[in-house]
Amino acid sequence: MSARYFGAAVPRLEDPRLLAGRGRYVDDIALPGMLHAAFVRAQVAHGRIRGIDAAEARTMPGIAAIYTMTDFAAIAQGPMPPMAPHPLIKTPITYHPLAVDEVCHVGEPIAVVLAGTRQQAEDAANAVSFDIEHLPAVANPIAALAKDAPPVHSGRAGNLIGTIRGGFGDSDAVFARADQILSETFSIHRGGCHSMECRGVIAAPDALSDDLTVYTSSQSPYMVRRHLAQYLKRDESSLRVIAPDVGGGFGPKANVYPEEFAIALAALALGRPVKWIEDRSEHFVATTQQRDQVWMVDVAFTHQGRMQAVRGRCIHDNGAYAPYGLILPATALASFPGPYALDALDISIDVVLTNLVPTTPVRGAARPCTAFVLERLADRIARYLKMPREEVRRRSFVTADRMPYTTGMKARDGSPISYDSGDYEKALDLALEKIDALGFPARRKQAAARGKLLGLGIASCVEDTGLAPFEGATVRVTPAGKVTIATGAASQGQGHRTVLAQIAADALGVDIADISVESADTGKFPLGISTIASRIAVTAGSSVELAAQKVRNKALKAASFMLEAAENDLEIEAGIVRVIGVPGMQVSLGEIARALSGSAGLLLPGHLEPDLAATAYFESNALTFAYGSNACEVEIDPATGDIRVTRYVVVHDCGRLINPLVVEGQIRGGVVHGIGNALYERMVYDETGQPLSTNYGEYLLPLASEMPDIEIHHIETPSPRNPIGVKGAGEGGTIPAAACVISAIEDALGQGAPFIAEHPVSPERITEWLDGMS
Amino acid sequence: MSDTRRITLSVNGRSRTEEVETRIHLADFLRQSLGLTGTHLGCEHGVCGACTIIVDGRAVRSCLMLAVQADGAEIETVENLGRVEALSPLQKAFSTHHGLQCGFCTPGMLMSIEAFLRENPEPTAADIREAISGNICRCTGYQGIVEAALAAADERRGRA
Repeated sequence: MSARYFGAAVPRLEDPRLLAGRGRYVDDIALPGMLHAAFVRAQVAHGRIRGIDAAEARTMPGIAAIYTMTDFAAIAQGPMPPMAPHPLIKTPITYHPLAVDEVCHVGEPIAVVLAGTRQQAEDAANAVSFDIEHLPAVANPIAALAKDAPPVHSGRAGNLIGTIRGGFGDSDAVFARADQILSETFSIHRGGCHSMECRGVIAAPDALSDDLTVYTSSQSPYMVRRHLAQYLKRDESSLRVIAPDVGGGFGPKANVYPEEFAIALAALALGRPVKWIEDRSEHFVATTQQRDQVWMVDVAFTHQGRMQAVRGRCIHDNGAYAPYGLILPATALASFPGPYALDALDISIDVVLTNLVPTTPVRGAARPCTAFVLERLADRIARYLKMPREEVRRRSFVTADRMPYTTGMKARDGSPISYDSGDYEKALDLALEKIDALGFPARRKQAAARGKLLGLGIASCVEDTGLAPFEGATVRVTPAGKVTIATGAASQGQGHRTVLAQIAADALGVDIADISVESADTGKFPLGISTIASRIAVTAGSSVELAAQKVRNKALKAASFMLEAAENDLEIEAGIVRVIGVPGMQVSLGEIARALSGSAGLLLPGHLEPDLAATAYFESNALTFAYGSNACEVEIDPATGDIRVTRYVVVHDCGRLINPLVVEGQIRGGVVHGIGNALYERMVYDETGQPLSTNYGEYLLPLASEMPDIEIHHIETPSPRNPIGVKGAGEGGTIPAAACVISAIEDALGQGAPFIAEHPVSPERITEWLDGMS
Repeated sequence: MSDTRRITLSVNGRSRTEEVETRIHLADFLRQSLGLTGTHLGCEHGVCGACTIIVDGRAVRSCLMLAVQADGAEIETVENLGRVEALSPLQKAFSTHHGLQCGFCTPGMLMSIEAFLRENPEPTAADIREAISGNICRCTGYQGIVEAALAAADERRGRA
């Protein structure tokens, strides 16, 4: 590969349109005759619906219809299909598009109002009244497991969905022989999605056919098509799902939602386009979150500080439904043993229903939770043994000479997980060097002179990326000499267009300005999975490379016939195929594409198949493992408990970098998300399941004024597991960040500080600890 | 029926007279009545800043202002900064420094910074961070935005 674009900081092709205010998000689309929807939602966390009175609402201005689930009976009925079935879930625990007789969390949709304007729809939604019998609710997963806990669903005995287990080695034997054992309990809270664009859906029936087009702000347009088609008992060919510009996803937009189904049903019932745009208050009560995990773990280690085994139990808050199966807790489990070579592991996770919004992955999924457990344990051991925190890690890491390293864990398909490549110790050493750990004691002294407490934190991680099975791509040269790439891979700001175009431009020898990329439209590419789990660079990136190479080979073959020259004597540059060393003997890719488009009565050059195009589905049959180490400094004001992250260094290895601008943007955004988890983001409920933090005054997101510059250093160890040597980069920033910040806070509090086993940590909590220490 | 008023205002240098419902906020008016969909709505309670526009020279959250309050005002939206094929120096700097990912908060960020730089030609990074502390970005971690704003300030001073 000539590598003109691969590896370069190419400005994004996406940018000019978005910067000029010419983006096209769902809410920017207006269709003729379109109605606007507002949902009527549950105000109680658990209740039986006895009756709905919409008589007054129906008389209000602009109202076209008010629907409950029974109104759709002629089109479809029953609960939604599960996205990720799991053997432990015997009966799917999924929503109905609109609740039928029971609501199980505040915010669950019950009815949908259709009107000429959004304002009219909201007015009428407020006028719909209910008769709801309040049922007891359970608002935290530990309470939900109590013997006498009220059921989250009245028809379902017990609130434990199931217990998933994983591990390897003989944990009992390792613990029995261990030099040392420590036990800790961790309370980990992660917030919600909070993409700046909320969700939104438009469903538009075709007036002349049975076809239905759905625009949705989604990471998974193909999953929406698959499940909606199944629900509507339609062939997928009569359903087109498009994710236009999407204003951030971060995990929760990977789900298929009841509102997507309800809007499609309403549009079909009315025979008119219907738009619903989620507002921020709905986002807090109806978009999936991540929330709480409680971990009770033991760690066995040697006198020298080598971690030998971890065993324990997690209680996972799954919320009121399991739309995404057990993906989130299963990801927590699969993230062990992190970067550490353990002799044994024995983990069980109780997946528990609560009367709260369902939980599904948020950036990093539960990998940050597992990293928090492991990294905090490493710090705990260091403190116990009075040795440097980095030393415990160095003695416990999977070493570079053991790569590929089989961890003992199993992937979702049962295959053994192995780390493909990397040097974890090198990453940690580099992070310590770049943050100048040796100079830290002097900086701490200077801070103390200003009355501030300075702390240094470290955290390491691995990240499984490139999740199976595929994202495919078609690369085509048009008769105009332009290149189009079509892929199923949806984008929510990751810059896929740019990086996929970079790969194709190098493979085909064309200018990147001549490449356009279409994605996330089921009408433009046949299959797709989801933009989740940092998988698109590996899957779609490799598919574009393979498809573009096929196109290149086909172009050379055609040109060899057209120019009457051997293929070996040809080169492609700037979109022109030339005979090397013979000026003027050339044909453009556009001319070849025209020849392969066919003309009446003429055979194609070399009897090649028509179309200068190729499709590839790279099979991502083994995970690639990105990894890294972070180091940060945190300054605490002991008078107020105010916490500032003042420096942050990331050392990250995601294999070959396609575009450093894009990779660094992913890392920085990810770190800031993790800092938000460490310090700010907390979704609060009262004991009846009423949400108490439903605006941005109560739920805090990280702001520019509080965030540090984030310094990034790359190690590039090419992955042997795909043709372009890449690993995913979407979540590696988030995974260790909360652990790193908490490590620094504990260090800042100094001798006598409590072991910090929770996040987020607020200034109030800091002052409580400081008061307790004095 | 709903209460309406006739308002006249200047939007991106062009005078507009429209009949508007009194309860419609300025962002909805710009998006729905004028088709200026570059202004985005992220929270509709005045915290996220995605809907920031410039009203009579000041950065304003258009979700917190009624359209009728803009009667007689001079309004600038992101569409006034530059076109796709002719971006302003600030917009270009956003691309060069990777100050945007999903692009949803971007118009509000641009308008906050545009208003700020007009009054503060020699800002520090800390000044920029303070100036955009009312604009939430979930994607970038802010650093690229700060770098873009500083680069745009440099370029403006060079031109001045």
